Amino acid sequence: MTPQTAPPDAPAVPHPLTPAEAAALVPDGARVMIGAFMGVGTPGRIVDALIERGARDLTVIANDTARPEVGIGRLIAAGCVRRAIVAHIGTNPETQRRMIAGTIDVELVPQGTLAERIRAAGAGLGGVLTPTGLGTVVEEGKRRIEVEGQDYLLELPLRADVALIAARSADHMGNLVYSLTARNFNPVMAMAAALVIAEPNEIVPVGVLPPDAIHTPGVLVDHLVRRGERIDHGHA
Amino acid sequence: MDTRERIARRVALELRDNSLVNLGIGLPTLVARYVPAGMRINFQSENGIIGFGARPPEGMEDVHLTDAGGAFVSAQPGAVSFDSVMSFALIRGGHIDLTVLGGLQVDRHGRLANWIIPGKLVPGMGGAMDLVTGARRVIVAMNHTQKGTPKIVETLTLPPTADRAVTMIVTELGVMEPSPEGLVLTEVTEGVEVEAVVAATDAPLIISPDLRLMAS
Repeated sequence: MTPQTAPPDAPAVPHPLTPAEAAALVPDGARVMIGAFMGVGTPGRIVDALIERGARDLTVIANDTARPEVGIGRLIAAGCVRRAIVAHIGTNPETQRRMIAGTIDVELVPQGTLAERIRAAGAGLGGVLTPTGLGTVVEEGKRRIEVEGQDYLLELPLRADVALIAARSADHMGNLVYSLTARNFNPVMAMAAALVIAEPNEIVPVGVLPPDAIHTPGVLVDHLVRRGERIDHGHA
Repeated sequence: MDTRERIARRVALELRDNSLVNLGIGLPTLVARYVPAGMRINFQSENGIIGFGARPPEGMEDVHLTDAGGAFVSAQPGAVSFDSVMSFALIRGGHIDLTVLGGLQVDRHGRLANWIIPGKLVPGMGGAMDLVTGARRVIVAMNHTQKGTPKIVETLTLPPTADRAVTMIVTELGVMEPSPEGLVLTEVTEGVEVEAVVAATDAPLIISPDLRLMAS
């Protein structure tokens, strides 16, 4: 007897969304993780759609706020963001201006600690112990824990309502492959949010991406955004 | 030779064959120009690559391949890319042989401040705290003073980047290394009097009995 299974190429994720449909799944006030490093690896068409629908009061968790005209920087400049949890804002004077004006709260987190806090949330850990930040302002309000004679800071998990992910390729199962330095925070963020929306450059049939080459298992991805006319996630 | 080149050339003498090196943005990036001929250095960038190379020719750039400053780079044979978790496991886990960073201040114990001037400049720490905490050797490459004000100080007036002392400080005037007794001046630039270095330094300097001219 041949067991009844779905055809091998049946989509395991629902029909791919338009960027506007994806943006509609991100409510005002949501905590949103967005992949990218200085605009490289941002899901740019979802970001544009969020701006177009006039998203407000988002808490953005990301590596940086890029530049005002690039990636997450565009969300900042459009006034969509109330709070940013990031490692770096130095390349975006607009973030600094809004922070000084009090319209954006910025929580600065060391980059490696940001990655591990997100990983902890996605990996079911109660936190991580890191030496980074000992004896600095990062230590304020945190527990210092000694393990085998070495001090560490207890850093707590960081999770989100939605993760917006940029990938080079997805297959119909939602399996994702990233490209070069556009990978950065995307894979770890895909582990740490209640809803995961990925914007790939291309969507290919199941089997095109070899199992060993896949970076993010499709079971983590709730929605794909359909391929657009423009297919880069790099600099604007 | 301008001061930036002098500093970069001196730092480059600290490079070791086949080592893993992370260069900060700005002056430290210049060090890559002075890698001794025949030496292989694996440059790591915290955005997730080991083995990046020079910017490719106009029109050959890949929008998915940049350094941590967002500038286009190329990939050398054997290059490998990875995510931010791996990138910082390499940094925090002691796998980086050497990092070269800029500095705003260094104190007499070798503690570095380089990520914020409260109320004036708030770029954020980025990867600096992890690098200073985890790299095996940390070299600060910076100007000795900021418009005449010493940057090597008795006590930091800016928030520190880490508790840990850096390995070496290279400025246009000389080379200093932290020790349990304080900062030791080990090299002085040719044509510069030791007294001039001491005068430009707020922290007390111990003059090494083996003081040499700054190598280049």
